[in-house]
Amino acid sequence: MATTSKKNTGKGAIVAGCLAPHPPHLVYAENPPQNEPRSECGWETLRWAYESMRNDLSQIEHDVLVIFSPHWRTYVGTHILATPHLKSLSVDPIFPNLFRYHYDINVDVDLANTIHDVCQSKNIPTKLMTNPDFRVDYGTIVTGHLTNPKWDKPIVTLSTNCVASYYNLDRMQALMMELGAATKEAIEKSGKKAILLASHSLSHRHFTVENEIPEDMSKEHITNHSLYLWDMKMIKLMKEGRSREMIDLIPDFTEQTIAESDSGGLTWMMKAMDFPTYPAKVHGYGTVIGTGNAVAHWAPPTTTKPQPLAEKGI
Amino acid sequence: MAASHSQNPIIKGYVLPGLIQPLLTPDANPGYRKVRNAFEQVRAEIENTDADLILIYSTLWPSILGHQIQALPEPEWTLVEEEFHDLGSVPYKLRIDSEFAECYNKHALQRGLQSRTIAYHGFPIDSGSIVALQLINPNNRLPAVIVSSNIYADRAETVVLAKAAVSALKEQGKRAVAVIISTLSNRLHTNYIDPKDDCINSLKDQEWNLKILEFLEKGRLEDVAQLSRQIHREARVKKVSNFKPFWWLSSVMGAHNRYTGKVFEYQPIYGTGCAVVGLTPAPHASRDLEFDEDAPEHYTGERNVLSASGESMADFSSQQVLCNTDDEGIEQ
Repeated sequence: MATTSKKNTGKGAIVAGCLAPHPPHLVYAENPPQNEPRSECGWETLRWAYESMRNDLSQIEHDVLVIFSPHWRTYVGTHILATPHLKSLSVDPIFPNLFRYHYDINVDVDLANTIHDVCQSKNIPTKLMTNPDFRVDYGTIVTGHLTNPKWDKPIVTLSTNCVASYYNLDRMQALMMELGAATKEAIEKSGKKAILLASHSLSHRHFTVENEIPEDMSKEHITNHSLYLWDMKMIKLMKEGRSREMIDLIPDFTEQTIAESDSGGLTWMMKAMDFPTYPAKVHGYGTVIGTGNAVAHWAPPTTTKPQPLAEKGI
Repeated sequence: MAASHSQNPIIKGYVLPGLIQPLLTPDANPGYRKVRNAFEQVRAEIENTDADLILIYSTLWPSILGHQIQALPEPEWTLVEEEFHDLGSVPYKLRIDSEFAECYNKHALQRGLQSRTIAYHGFPIDSGSIVALQLINPNNRLPAVIVSSNIYADRAETVVLAKAAVSALKEQGKRAVAVIISTLSNRLHTNYIDPKDDCINSLKDQEWNLKILEFLEKGRLEDVAQLSRQIHREARVKKVSNFKPFWWLSSVMGAHNRYTGKVFEYQPIYGTGCAVVGLTPAPHASRDLEFDEDAPEHYTGERNVLSASGESMADFSSQQVLCNTDDEGIEQ
């Protein structure tokens, strides 16, 4: 059972950061018992990518998952999930035919409070969400399920403060830098080992119609080639360990591809990880109703266990 | 009776804000209480009509796959607003006119729109619709139907969506009050405020709000609709492709200025411009302008104006000349 409190036994650390998109289609295609609709198959490349990432994360000791979700949209500051236990039904507002998921989630309230306190000390507007009737957003649930389907680790969710639409992408970048640094400081103070999850796709131009059989993979492709080129550009930078350059490109990338990076998740995560110069492991790339999605993780070399020779195929 | 001036089955139209404060914390600011009282005046006014249903277009229900229409007969849940969750929870049970929802969807499809009905337990009905229905229809005296705001839609789709609603009302022989859930300016304060200190976020927003209200008070609904693109640029945080609710309201009620307008209230709520406005069909227009935007009956899809050849544009009247004059002097 996940716990929501742990004694501060030393310096906490971010042990990995993941780009973990949240198309509900992937949960639908997995047919977990929590989701009501049933599918035949679908989006295997992305589901296998998540499988690969789960396998890698299982080798990294961690206490908590910190999720940055674009589907909890707030305009007055960043909100932080801070209710110990949340159990309810999540119905996707866009794809209710695919995602009606019964969730049962434990939240690391101690860490939520610490992030809040650090942000307050830096004048970053934040608010704790403590209403027990609150329905957790589907971005959190999809990313949480695909990263850890057993839900045996507590989570903390940060909302998307919609500064990109309120002001512009440069302002979003500046705020996410501050929030990323504050998140890192809070995790270190907490004494916990945390995995960060930036829950979003890359290019984000949807099809505006749905196929009669949603999992008909003969109909799945990127909406247009220019989006694909941009996605490949970003992935190349991830694989080459050029994260600072990738983040500097976020305003242009987001504008050109209507990317979900407007939420700031990737910027927040890369700043919190001090802009890794080591390569990300890109587990896979695929499209969901025309949007581009990559599953990738960055793990500092110090936190990655050496793999037994057998697992390396030697 | 107002309807005697028109064959339109919409008896009255209302502009209502969707923020949750008037429902949950009306006494946190005298302005919130005034907005709450205005909702109650609207409730009383609707009770004095012979409307069969309340037809809602909510800007707080975004959709992507075309438009969605709520069709579950009795949706029941407890709402917690994602921004103002600290203000409390709202248990609700609504009454939806499912038959009308299906008919509305049928007409939307017939007119070339992408739409579908939604009927799932636990579907997240938007906070604006719930606030409005709790306050203007507290005991579900009338059934309601709620339609989403498609983030990708622009004017043509929204106008046609409204006409589909009118067709459905006529087919079913029903009369309705039409409601749009929308603030005027939508710029929230970006930091936490004491509700007592609430004010409109900027002077520019305030000026635009007053201009919109001046038009509405004179019954100039279509004039406001025609200004939607400019309102979007000047007074809206750009979350969607355009500011659409007045396109829908004007088209569903009749795209003209022959209305009696009543501004019940206008107050700031967390920085946004929140007005409660009523519009009733009237025999004479306060002013009729020459409108320059068209009123399509069917939606025929996006114009692929970037197409290399004229083929994909040939079905559009505005492109026919171009398509037929490839050899008549157009530079290659």
